[in-house]
Order: sequence, then structure tokens, then C-alpha cells
Amino acid sequence: MAEYGTQPRMGFFTDTSVCIGCKACEVACKEWNGVPEAGGLDLLGMSYDNTGALGSNTWRHVAFVEQPKPAESTVDLGMPDVGAPGQDDPGVRWLMSSDVCKHCTHAACLDVCPTGSLFRTEFGTVVVQQDICNGCGYCVPACPYGVIEKRESDGRAFKCTLCYDRLGAGMEPACAKACPTDSIQFGELDELRERADERVRTLHDSGVPEARLYGHDPEDGVGGDGAFFLLLDEPEVYGLPPDPVVTTRDLPAMWRRATVAAVGAAAVVVASFLGRRR
Amino acid sequence: MSPRRERAMVEPAEFRSYYGRPILKEPAWKQPDVPLYLFLGGAAGVSAMTAALADVTGRAGLARVGRLVASGGSIASVAALVHDLGKPLRFLHMLRVLKPTSPLSVGSWILSPFSALAAVSAASEVTGLLPRIGRLAGAGAGLLGPPMCTYTAVLLADTATPSWHEAHGTLPVLFAGSALTSGAGAALLAAPAGEVGPAVRAGLAGAVAELVAEHHLETGLGLASEPYRTGRAGKLLKAAKALTVAGAGLSLMAQRNRAAGVLAGAAYLASGLCTRFGVYAAGVESAKDPKYVVIPQRERIARRSEGR
Repeated sequence: MAEYGTQPRMGFFTDTSVCIGCKACEVACKEWNGVPEAGGLDLLGMSYDNTGALGSNTWRHVAFVEQPKPAESTVDLGMPDVGAPGQDDPGVRWLMSSDVCKHCTHAACLDVCPTGSLFRTEFGTVVVQQDICNGCGYCVPACPYGVIEKRESDGRAFKCTLCYDRLGAGMEPACAKACPTDSIQFGELDELRERADERVRTLHDSGVPEARLYGHDPEDGVGGDGAFFLLLDEPEVYGLPPDPVVTTRDLPAMWRRATVAAVGAAAVVVASFLGRRR
Repeated sequence: MSPRRERAMVEPAEFRSYYGRPILKEPAWKQPDVPLYLFLGGAAGVSAMTAALADVTGRAGLARVGRLVASGGSIASVAALVHDLGKPLRFLHMLRVLKPTSPLSVGSWILSPFSALAAVSAASEVTGLLPRIGRLAGAGAGLLGPPMCTYTAVLLADTATPSWHEAHGTLPVLFAGSALTSGAGAALLAAPAGEVGPAVRAGLAGAVAELVAEHHLETGLGLASEPYRTGRAGKLLKAAKALTVAGAGLSLMAQRNRAAGVLAGAAYLASGLCTRFGVYAAGVESAKDPKYVVIPQRERIARRSEGR
């Protein structure tokens, strides 16, 4: 363990260009963290993705994006390339991406939590203290990524802890440990950002101009994510918001407006008692 | 996965998404608990102000109604809030910190003392015991009345829910107006006709604020306005406007005609319920469809890159 105050911020860099959609991360996360099943064996009927989204019972979620192949084919990255049986032209490419809580620099869930249950750890991650959470659910609509959720069977809010317990013991999170292609990389955030820039340059040089980083910019609406991504298409294609903003950025303006409105209401009531006796 | 073409409300909008699945989580709060909590809190806040001023201006009947509504409304509001918690027994965890960044924390610190003071003043009113303490508690509740009216607007707006967040400039005005009409409605319904003059005047002012704010919600927020105009929320808000207008009209006769006053009060209260349930429903709707997230954010990105 590092000395107090010297612990660097830790995070994830998820390089989706090498994700093979094996879901080892989902399984490892569930196993390590004791996360209950999400929807039994339901099939969503939309794709090979039957997990659907992040939630209280899904702290890693692998998205399976099936797309018509771009007209001018780029360099083959060895992505699975499977069409319907008997189909001549597969014409399809797969984008796979393991999504996770972003551990935002400016975390709305943490800001709006009225109990102080959500807190910032020494690793710069955002974690729910389950013995403090009273299940008010405010963090749920506050998250601009739709990550945190109330667990129906329990009443409290749950999400990825970035394996706070493992980090404390000097181990890497279970999902990163289990990832067979190093699509999920864990480490010091500064170093991961450098590594990601390097990877984007490599991909651009080798003819993958659509490679771009998401959530890496400390100047973005949430001050940058502790868990950021390399994507091969627009973020919304993976179910990510294109330009998320922490809602509390506008909170001072909201309190000012609410104060003005409250004073206005008070003035109306006072004025209504002036003048006539009746 | 293919781009979906949406019916153009603002401009022709094409957007992409992950199989049309929502990006955001819907607000996890229960219905009717939370819309009722919003409604009751507003009605209680204005009633406490009314009671305190009616007390000093010698309107005993109006003061009595105000104290009872402030107390009953705020206690029911606390009950709705506690019932909504996933762990109701942990309500007191709300009071282990005071966080200005959490409108629910600030709200708990407004609502808890308000309901305690309102309850003391109502208990004194009903029993006739300790009248001076009752008046003092009533005055305290009256001072907390204005924040009671509007903190819930910040509570909704301080989320990523598109139609609530985009409305952060408007919701406080709407909630203040709606609280005024609801508070006036309770007074018109139950106070003696000879004393309801202040409630009539406050209700009229509240009705104007409410109608202006509702109009802005429905038209002034770009794509985020759509959920306020359509579906269940659209119907509720349309009903709210009609009921507000009816209540305002009837209230003009309230001082001469008791029946008109009762009807006006009922219309105002029904309008308040429709407003709160309507605003709630619009927010939920805007979290369900990824277009309310993707399209405005894409437009924001486009504006930014044009600006540079």
C-alpha cells in the first residue's frame, strides 16, 4: 500500500478493438463480487447480447454491435465475420465492447447521494458503502451513463466498485484479470491514457481511421472518466451518451433559480394579505 | 442498429443507438409516492406561510386550516418519502450529513424541521394547549414554507433525465406556482368564505406563474419539450391547465358563494396533482427513449465545433 496521499488514481482502459465478446469479464465480475443473476435465462431477442445493459446485477456488460460492413473495407483486424447460414456476402462486421461504470472525475451519483454512502476512494474510484445506502434511488437518474441501479430484491443501489477489495490487496480487478485479450487494461490512469493515445496512433497508421477514444478527456462534461474506452464507431452505437455532462454542473444555477422562485412565492403570499381586510 | 428516422418535432432528426435500447436508467422512484410527495410538500409549504400570516392578521379560520394542511401535508410527504426508500428503516441516514450538492439532503433538512414545527403548531391548534409555542412553531414553519415550495424542483432537475434537467430554469417557477394554487385550493376548500381573500389572490398569482411555466415546458426546451406535450404526461398537463383556469375563474366568486369556493379549491388541488404526476411522467418518458439523449447531445457537439 502506498503512503497516505501518494496513491495514484487507478482506472480501466477498455480497448474494444481487441474485444472478442467472450464475456469472461462478466463472469469473473459476478463470481468475485457475488453479483446475483440479472434476468435468469431470458433472451432479449435483439442480438447475441442477452445481458442488455449495465445495472445493479450487471457490473460489466459486453455489447454486441452487428453492422453492415463499411463500403470500403479497411484492414482486417481479425474480427469475427459471420453472416447468416447460406448467405453469400456476409456483409456484416461485429463491434464488441465491455462496458463498465466510468468512475467519473465529477461523479453525479456521488454528488447527489444524500447519505454520503457513495464516496471517492483513495484510488480515485467511486464506491457505494452498502451499510449506509438507504435506497433513496437518487443516484439512479443522476448517472449520465445509466449505470447505477437499485437492486429490486434488496432495495439498495449497486454498481461496479472497480474491485475495491482487490485493489486494497494490491490485486487487479477481476474483469481485467480474466480478460484473455487484454481488451480490459487496469492501471494508473495517467499511464493508461498514454497507452491509449499510442494505440489510437497505431490503429490510425494501420488504416483504422474510425478508432477514437471515449471518456479520456479531462476537459469533457464529467471531467474525464476513470474507466475510458477505445471505440470503432460513435459512442451511441455502443449505447453510450455522445456528450455526457455531470448534472451538478448546473446545480448552482438551479439553487439560485429555486431561491428566486421561493422568494417570489413568499412575496405573493405576503402581498395577498396586504390591503383589503377580506 | 440501422439509423432510425424519427417524426420531426424540432428538425428532421436521425440518430443511432444500441438496438434502440435506453441509455439512461429511468428514475427509480415509486409512483404514486414521489409525485404525491412533491404535491403535498408544495401545498404544505404555502399553507404554513398562509397560516402564519393569517394568525397575525386575525383570520383564525384561515390560520387553522393552514396549520392543519401544513402539518398533515408535510407528515404525509415524509411518509411518502420514507415509503419510497429501499430501506425505509434507514431514513435517518438522510440526516447523517448535510450536502449542498444533494438536493435530497438539503430537502431532508428543510422537510424534517418543517414537518416537526408544523406538527407542533397543528397540535396546539387542535388541543388549544400552549398557544404561544404553537404560534412560534407556526411562524417557524412559515419561514421554511418558501423553500418547501421549490426545493423539489431542484431535486428533479439535478438528474440526467433529459426533460427534467433541461427544465431546470422552469421547474422552480412551475413548482412555486403549483404550490401557491394547491395551498390556495386547500384554503378555499376548508376555510370560512369571509377569510379566503388572501388565498384567492395568492391562487390567481400562482395560476399565472404555473400557466406561463407550463407553456414554456411544452414549447421552450427543444426536443426535451416533446414528452411534456405527448402521451400520459401531455394529457395530465393539459388537464392541469384546464383545472387551473377553472379554479382561478371560480375563485373569483369564492368570497360571496361558498359552493364556488369549494369547487375552486377542488379544481386547484386536482390541478396540482395533475401537474406533479404530469411532470414526473414526462421525465420518465424522456429517460426511456435514447433519442432524448443522443440528439440534443449531438447538437451540442455540433454547436461546439461550429463555435471554434
